[in-house]
Amino acid sequence: MNVRDVLAIHTTGLGKRYGSSWALQDFSASVPRGHVTALVGPNGVGKTTLLKLLVGLCAPSAGEAEVLGRVPQQSEEFLASIGYLAQDVPLYKQLSADDHLEIGARLNRDWDATAARARLAALRIPTNRPVATLSGGQRAQVGLSLVLAKRPQLLLLDEPMAALDPLARREFLASLTAAVADEGLSVVVSSHLLHDLERVCDHLILLAASRTQLCGDIDEVLAEHRTLVGPRRAVNEIEPRLTVVKATQTPRQTRLLVRVDGPVLDPSWEVTEVGLEDIVLAYMEQDEELANGQLVEIGHAQ
Amino acid sequence: MLRQSISFQLNPDSGVPAYLQLAQQVKQAIRMGILDVGDKLPTVKEVVAEVAINPNTVMKAYWQLEHEGLVEGHQGVGTFVSRRPSGPPPDTQARLARRLERWVQSARSEGLNDESIEAMLRATLSGSRVERTA
Repeated sequence: MNVRDVLAIHTTGLGKRYGSSWALQDFSASVPRGHVTALVGPNGVGKTTLLKLLVGLCAPSAGEAEVLGRVPQQSEEFLASIGYLAQDVPLYKQLSADDHLEIGARLNRDWDATAARARLAALRIPTNRPVATLSGGQRAQVGLSLVLAKRPQLLLLDEPMAALDPLARREFLASLTAAVADEGLSVVVSSHLLHDLERVCDHLILLAASRTQLCGDIDEVLAEHRTLVGPRRAVNEIEPRLTVVKATQTPRQTRLLVRVDGPVLDPSWEVTEVGLEDIVLAYMEQDEELANGQLVEIGHAQ
Repeated sequence: MLRQSISFQLNPDSGVPAYLQLAQQVKQAIRMGILDVGDKLPTVKEVVAEVAINPNTVMKAYWQLEHEGLVEGHQGVGTFVSRRPSGPPPDTQARLARRLERWVQSARSEGLNDESIEAMLRATLSGSRVERTA
């Protein structure tokens, strides 16, 4: 099979520069089709820029991207297969969901307003009132129904749940996963809500310091990381097979979060599994320390 | 009310992978007689719409059950219970559960806390396992 048929997204050295500063640099990743991918990373790391590059809203300054086997561009043909929901769900505040669906029908060749209306009716969201009068959760659902009405093959969502309360978030995710189960579409969703993402996503892109630090299947990411706790020792005395992501030293104890490529053999370590949230936070912290030129060293032994 | 046969709930902090939690809940429903041979499991879409998880997680849970020979998937129709998990019938389970409950009550009234009860249960389970393999 052609690689283009199995990959939703493929980028090599992708970068975007505004003036003299890079908003995204050297981003290389592959995301297979049919997955729900979490796009995580600290603020300002380039998540929004990446999504805009993938949907063709801006042109790369370096590298290249292929989305569903094509170079992203603002052409009708390319955009027909992409659903993009920008941050803060941009809707026309004075127009109703019905109005939006009507506009969508005029602007899109393949437009499934019936399914969108059925979804909104099932959620008991009024479709005849200006969207400004709806709650944040209801507006997010309207936005999602609109992008799904395009029957996209790939859905790109930028912080869709940032303003939602826990119940609205759960309902939004339920609508999203139901659509994935129904249509078998690929999704990339950027968010800080790791707890929510962990149950919904099966793939992860972790952006840090404007570079990809992790990109892969979440089960594999979990299998590759472990916490090691043992008597204090210097980080350079540790088996070279272990990549230290985070080291916390006290005068007596060393606690490490490591990336492993097999079982940890040294019996003096107590080895435990580590959750996705802790892995992501460890990479984000590492990033911050590299930026500040610091090393984690608690309670220096003299 | 949900139209599907059983509902699911996930505990993200349990440390048990989500797909195993789903598979265990199906097994428990079969053991308790809530689901019987021939009954249809909720569709993948019904499950994800209820608990907001990745559809692949549900499929993985159903594959696991299929692998264990407890359910059968029929393309385009659904997944159906084909066999009961090994173990005593539902009423025996219920009877044993009631006896355990009485035992826990008496252990608590004698001053045992839950941590000690769990430790005792684990020790008893591993002890009898040793005897069996010895």
